Amino acid sequence: MGYRNIKSTFPAGHYYFSGNEALTEGAIAAGCRYYAGYPITPSSEIMERISVRFKDVNGVFMQMEDELASICSVIGAVWAGAKAMTATSGPGFSLMQEAIGYAALTETPLVIADIQRAGPGTGQATRVASGDLMQAKWGSHGDYSIIALSPWSVQEMYDQAINAFNLAEQYRVPVFVMGEEAIGHLRERIEVKAKTTVFDRIKKKGAPPFGTNQDDAIPPMPSFGEGEKLLVTGSTHNEIGIRKTDDPNVHSRLVNRINKKILNNRDRIIQTDSYHLKDVEVIVVSYGFTARSALFAVEQLRKEGKKVGLLRLKTIWPFADKIIFDIGQKAKKIFVPEMNRGQIAGEIMKYATCEVIPYNQTNGEIIHPHRIIKELRSIL
Amino acid sequence: MARDLEEYLRPGIDSTPFCPGCGHGILMNLILRAIDGLKISMDEMLFVSGIGCAAWIPSPNFNADTLHTLHGRAIVFATGAKMFNPKLNVMVISGDGDLTSIGGNHLIHAARRNIDLTVICANNMIYGMTGGQVASTSPLGALTSTTMDGNRYRPFDLCKLVLGAGAPYVARYSVTQPLLLVSAIKKSLGIHGFTFIEVLSPCPTQFGRRNRYDSSADMLKNLMERCISREEADNFSDDELKDKIVTGEFMNE
Ligand SMILES: Cc1ncc(C[n+]2csc(CCOP(=O)(O)OP(=O)(O)O)c2C)c(N)n1
Repeated sequence: MGYRNIKSTFPAGHYYFSGNEALTEGAIAAGCRYYAGYPITPSSEIMERISVRFKDVNGVFMQMEDELASICSVIGAVWAGAKAMTATSGPGFSLMQEAIGYAALTETPLVIADIQRAGPGTGQATRVASGDLMQAKWGSHGDYSIIALSPWSVQEMYDQAINAFNLAEQYRVPVFVMGEEAIGHLRERIEVKAKTTVFDRIKKKGAPPFGTNQDDAIPPMPSFGEGEKLLVTGSTHNEIGIRKTDDPNVHSRLVNRINKKILNNRDRIIQTDSYHLKDVEVIVVSYGFTARSALFAVEQLRKEGKKVGLLRLKTIWPFADKIIFDIGQKAKKIFVPEMNRGQIAGEIMKYATCEVIPYNQTNGEIIHPHRIIKELRSIL
Repeated sequence: MARDLEEYLRPGIDSTPFCPGCGHGILMNLILRAIDGLKISMDEMLFVSGIGCAAWIPSPNFNADTLHTLHGRAIVFATGAKMFNPKLNVMVISGDGDLTSIGGNHLIHAARRNIDLTVICANNMIYGMTGGQVASTSPLGALTSTTMDGNRYRPFDLCKLVLGAGAPYVARYSVTQPLLLVSAIKKSLGIHGFTFIEVLSPCPTQFGRRNRYDSSADMLKNLMERCISREEADNFSDDELKDKIVTGEFMNE
C-alpha cells in the first residue's frame, strides 16, 4: 500500500513511440488491468494497443457499446479491485460526464485519457485543439474537484499516464490526461526506466470507506468481495455509504471534503516547468503541444536579448493559482497562447496582478512558433 | 419480512422504503428466499442497481456488497465488476424504465455478450419514482401523468427482446406467482451466462390510482387473473390472449 518501486512492465530502454502508444505503456506500467472503451479518433490507437498488450499482462479489455458503458464499467471494475481506465475524445468525453460526477462523489479512482480534437460537435475529428479543459473541470453537474494533466511530449504521455494512476489512487479521484491530437499522433524517442513508482490503494479493514474525521482527508478504499458489505451509491451518503438525501450537514460535509482533499493538497499535486523566469518582462504561460512552440519562441527571443520567459503548466487542474500570482508580481505582461477561445487565459486573469494577453487559435492546427514570436515582438 | 430472512438484511434496516401495496417488497423477499434456498453466502454476492424505486430493493437493504449506480447503467457497472473479478456472484436488480428504456442498449449488448449476470427487472409498467410517467413497458391506452388520454405506443415484450439478443435464459413471472418466481431466480443463479427475469410488480400509487383500480388488492387480483402459463396460452385464441400476460420460462437452445 502507498508508494513502492516495481519492475517496469516494458523492458528498460529507448523506444520510438507515438504519444498514444506511450500513454498505453505508461498505464500498463502503472498497473492498469481493466480497460473499456469505444472507438473515436484520435484516441483509438490506445484501445487497439491495450487489446494486444493486455494479453501479456493478464488485463481485462472490453470494447463496449458506447462511452457511457465504457466509463461505467470502468467504475464497476475499480470497485472490484482494478486499476482501470478509458480513453476517448470530445464527443465521447461529453457522454461520460454524468459518470464522472458519480466517480467524484463516490471517490472512485480512475483515469481517462481525453485526446482532444477540434470541437464543438463532431467538429474536425482528425484535427487538434485544447478545447476540453473547462469541460474537464466543470463537465458534470454540481461542485467537485478532479485532477487534469497536460503532457507536451511522447515521453510525458508515458510519464503522466503513470502519474495519473498514482494520483487517482492516492486521492481517490478521477484523473484526466488531457492529451491533444498532435501529441497522440506524434512519434518521438522515449526512455522506459527499469523501475516504475506506483501507488497502491490504501485499505483498512472495517474503516469507513466514505468518511474521515478530517475535512480534507482521503478515506481507505476496500473492494467488493472482501467481506466488507460495501454500500456504494451516487446519492449523498454518510461515512459508511448509507443514503442521506435530505440531511444538510451530511451533504455539505461530503461536498466540501471531496473538493478540499484536492484543493488543500494542490501544492503536492501541481507540477510546472519554468524557463528564463529571472529578469523577465513578459512571461508566456503555456501547456500541452502549444508549450513546445512557446519554448522555441522564447529561446529564439532570449538569444536576441529579449526579456521573455516561459511557465509551462503540466497540471491544469487543480489550478496553479499561487504560482500564477507570483509570476504576475514579477512580470509586466503574461502572454497565453491557446488552441481554444481562452479557457486558461481566463483562469490566469483571476490570479495574475499584471496584464494578461490571450492569443487564441481555433482552426484545427497547432500554433506555429513563428506566430508566437510575432505576437511577442509586438508586446515586448 | 419473515424473521428467518433477517440475517440477509443489513443491520439497522427496520422498515421497507416502498408504498403500501407495492410489489417491490414482495420481490425483495422472494430474491432473498432464492438465495437462502441455494445457501449462497452473501459475502460472494454483489447487488447492482440503477435509479428508481426498484433500485432500492438491494440498496441499502441487502447485507452484501451493493453498488447503487446511475439511471440506466446498472448492467454496465455490473459488467466491469464481473469481468474483473469473476468470483463475484453479480445480480442486477432494477426497474423497467431503468433497464429497458434509458438502459436498453446495455441490456441487449450484455445479453449478446452473454455476460454472466442475473438481471431482475421489476416491471411496474410505469416510472414509479418520478411520478408515474409513461414507460416503454406501459400498456397501450394506459393512463399516466404524461398520457392523460391514453398511451399511444405499444410496449416492449421484454422477454422476446432479451431472448432475441441472445440470452440463454429468460423468464417472466408476477409477484403473485411466488413459488414459480423463486424457482426461476434459483435457476438463473445456477446458469453460467446472461439470465433475465421480468417480474410484474404492481404500483398502486402511480399506476393503480390513474387506471381505476380500487385498491392494491384489486391490482394483485387483476395480475392473478391475467397471468397465465405458456401451456395455458397454447389453448387461447389471439383475441383471448390480448388481455393476458404469458408467464413462464423462455430459453434459447
Ligand atoms: C439521467 C437521469 N434521468 C432521469 C432521472 C430521473 N429518474 C429517477 S428514477 C426514474 C424512473 C425510474 O423508473 P423505473 O426504472 O421504471 O423504476 P420504478 O421507480 O418504477 O421502480 C427517473 C426517470 C435520473 N435519475 N437520471
